[in-house]
This record gives sequence, structure tokens and C-alpha cells, in this order.
Amino acid sequence: MERPQPPRRIRLSTNPAPEALAELKLGDVVYLDGVIYTGREGVYKMALEDGADLPLDLPAESAANFHCSPAAMQREDGTFNLGAVTATASFRFTKWIGKWFAKSGAKLILGKGGMSSADYRAHFVPNGAIYLTTVGYGTGALLGRGVKKVRALHWRKELGLAQAMWVIEVENFGPFIVESDLEGNSLFERENAKTAANIAKAYEGTRPAVLKRFGETDDRSDELI
Amino acid sequence: MIPLDLIQRTAEVLMEKAAIEIPQDYLDGLKATAAVEDGDLSSFVLQAMLENYEAAKEDRRAMCGDTGCPRWYVKMGNEARLEGGPVGLEAALRRATANATNNIPLRPNRVHPLWRTDHDNNVGINAPEIEYAFEPDSDWIELTTVHKGGLFGTDYRMLFPSDGIEGIKRFYLDSLVAFGKRGLACQPAIIGIGLGGSKDTCMVLGKRAACLRTVGDRNPDPKIAALEEELKELGNSIGMGAMGFVGKSMVVDCHIEVGYCHTGGMQMSVHAFCLSSRRAVARLYANGRVEYRTDPEWFTQYQRRETVEWNAHSHQEESA
Repeated sequence: MERPQPPRRIRLSTNPAPEALAELKLGDVVYLDGVIYTGREGVYKMALEDGADLPLDLPAESAANFHCSPAAMQREDGTFNLGAVTATASFRFTKWIGKWFAKSGAKLILGKGGMSSADYRAHFVPNGAIYLTTVGYGTGALLGRGVKKVRALHWRKELGLAQAMWVIEVENFGPFIVESDLEGNSLFERENAKTAANIAKAYEGTRPAVLKRFGETDDRSDELI
Repeated sequence: MIPLDLIQRTAEVLMEKAAIEIPQDYLDGLKATAAVEDGDLSSFVLQAMLENYEAAKEDRRAMCGDTGCPRWYVKMGNEARLEGGPVGLEAALRRATANATNNIPLRPNRVHPLWRTDHDNNVGINAPEIEYAFEPDSDWIELTTVHKGGLFGTDYRMLFPSDGIEGIKRFYLDSLVAFGKRGLACQPAIIGIGLGGSKDTCMVLGKRAACLRTVGDRNPDPKIAALEEELKELGNSIGMGAMGFVGKSMVVDCHIEVGYCHTGGMQMSVHAFCLSSRRAVARLYANGRVEYRTDPEWFTQYQRRETVEWNAHSHQEESA
């Protein structure tokens, strides 16, 4: 068997220049330096639906939004114990992402599993942003090693520890894989297209269930037998 | 009498072991998978995971940032006596879950389904789950904690006898392909399959098949064991590897558990225990001795019994 080829490895700032993003290719492995912040459904709702003012200066402080809740705790003296960090699946946040770019000026969305190339073309490309996916999933301990310091914890009381906005200083923070480029192409969709050809072969000799489910027909007037 | 503070202290140790130390059987299984993976990206992902397990152990930090939903499986010997009884036991396990969430730390994942209230300690209404089983001729208690991720990779379907093995394979592949794309199931995984029972027991059996059996373990029914092997191969032949990249590492192992079901049905559930297959076990004795391990040894002959009466002696003869 041919030995698998390791991917290209790149260090990137969390406030990256457009030229640095233009050089990235799908499948490159990226390690980040700078400041990231977590933001997922709780933060998006607070900022975009309830109209709360952002508690930090974006994108000046950071242009990297991590879809993440860390395994972390705030001690009674206010200091933090942060162990592992891994992403949560990003496809669930599509409905907020366009407005979030407008409000935050983010250039990097970090998360699990990416979004669709339609989302990239509609929301990422016009904002000069790309998507980096975590690896595994998830390399929580390796990412935890890249954390230098928790700089701030916002909306702790309003959202709880898991949904609060963690602002984290990082160094050599990774690995991430480049999932989308500045043209809006998706690595996952490229890989899906490659695996699609073989899937029918795996299904040979199987049989559809005698009782169907909605979804296998989308006509609700259909019977399922 | 098994003392309550021993139960709580042991439970806290188990929470830490589960979150930080990948069980050896899964690690060996993943290394074997990585050795034959030839997809460039899929292979990179597996190497990163192997490094991650080492980092977690060296740093004593959780292996994954999503530390799952902690739950408890309790097996009590028929002769075991607990200080404080079952109510004391449940209080100790809830305290251990909350303390460990703060001390390790774990991610406080558990929230109210509607109001999203988070107690920041993984304890709440019906959480953590505590499930029980009993074992004859024993005076120990065994605690197993499993921290399984909760969002992707599991499905249930009512199949019928006429669906047959072909229908089982179809639903199995549907589950792997649906959740394998983009790696939502965090594969390669231990796939657990529940067949039969009622809808709820089918889910319970499949989850236990994924979480409470080790890589390499086989069902004692030789034909079910052969089906486990066949489904493992089938899953790895899809052409999809870690993160849904081109590859062949989807299933580290496949386990099937069955329960007698309605004569007209053939319930099926599929569960994926992920790249962070977190489980830890301890047996506690009345004299204070504690033995730690990673194999729950849950499915004993007694748990899988099918006769009206339990006669240990005749079962031993059968298996001899």
C-alpha cells in the first residue's frame, strides 16, 4: 500500500491578512496564533435577535469565531481552569451566520464539519472569510495545549458556562483543516463527491424497508406501505 | 456493608479516568485501523487522534472538549449491602458527577431541553442517567461511567421479519452514511446495534452494545458473532473514513445485542460510540477494596438469560 501523504502545515494569525487567506488550499493544516472567541447559538441569539451590544471590539480584538464550548470552569477567585476545547457542529448556525459577519467582521469561522458551499458563497466569500474545521473529532487535549490564557468570559450569567463568550489567547493552536477557500469551495463536498461513486456498491444486496418513513417520500398524502 | 464515601470517591476517580484515558481496547483497535488506512486526509486525522490521547494522559486533561453526557451503569451483586441503600447510592453518584464536572473540568453539557437552564455541573432533571442490573452469587457492586456524545450517529427503525438481513444491512448503512459524512458521528466508532425488544429496550440494548462491550468482543451466539464481523467489514467498505474523508476507517468494531420482541416486528437501533469512547469501571467490595478496569463485562450469561428460571450450574455446563 502507498504511504499516505501528510498535508501542508501552516501558521496563521487570528486576524489574517487577505493575502494569507488567499494562499490557503483545501486540505491544508493550520495552527493559529492570536485571540479567538467562542460564539454559538446563545451568543448569536443575544447579539443578533435580542440586540445586545457586543462586549468586546470586533474584529479588532479577534477575527476568529470558534463554534465551541470549552471544558472549563471559573474558580471562586475569578480565575479559570480550562482543560480541553473542541468544536460543535456548525451547520446548525446557518441562519445567523450572514448577520454575524456583518456585526463581527470575522474572517475565520472555526468549528466542526463545516457548512455548505452555498453558505460559503452567500456569506463567507463576500466577507473575505474562510472556514477551518477541527480534526477528529476531536483533538480536545491538543487544542487545550494551544491555549495560553483566558482573557475574558462574557455573558456568563446570561448564557451559562457552555454558551457564554470565552475570549482566549492562543499560540500554535491546532490542528485545523482548511475546509473552505476564498472562492467558497468546500473540502467536505469535494470528498463527498469522491466517496459517492462507491456508496452504491456497498448497498448491493440490501433492500429498502417494507414500511417507509416520511423523508423517503416527501408527499404527505402518500401511504408509507 | 459498602461505605457511601467509598462509593462517591470511587465514582469521582471513574469520572476522571473516563474523561482522560482512552480505553486500551479502543486504542488498540484504532491503531489497527490506522495501520491499514491509506486515505491521505483520513490517515492524518487518525494520527492526530493518537497524539491527542497521549496529550490528554500527559496533561491529565479531558481528551475531547465535548465531554459528552456522563451516565452511570450500576451492577449489584445479589448479596451486596450498601450504606444508605439505593437512595444513598444515587445521591453519591449525583454528587460525584457534579464535583468531577468542576474539578477535571468537564464541559457542563446538560441543560433543560426547553429553558436551556444549565446548572454547570451535568446534573438536572433525569440527569445523569443511572441504570441498574443485578448479578447472582456476588456481594460486590460495580460502577461503570460512560460519557457518550449525544447528537449524531444514533437512529431507530421498526423493521419487520420480511425485511430480513438485507433490511438490517440497509438501515445500518443508512445510519453510517447519514452521520458519517463530514464526520458528524466522530468515526471510526464502536457501532452498537439493538435488535428486537420493544422500542425502548431496543434503544437501550443498542446503546449498551456500543458502550459496554470492548473492541474484539463477540456475541456468544456464533451466527450473531458472524453478523457482527460482516457488518464491521461492510461499514469499512463504504469508502468513507474519519471525518467523512476518502478512506476505510468507519467502524472499529460492531456489536449486536438482541431481545425477544413482538412476533410481527424486528426493531433495530444503531448507535455510534465515538473517537473518544469514554468508559471506566470499578468493582467495590465491602472490605474497602476497589478494582479499576475498562471492560464493563456487562453482558454476562445472567444478563442474556432466556429461560424462566436461572440455574447457574446448568448454564455453566452448557458453556463448558
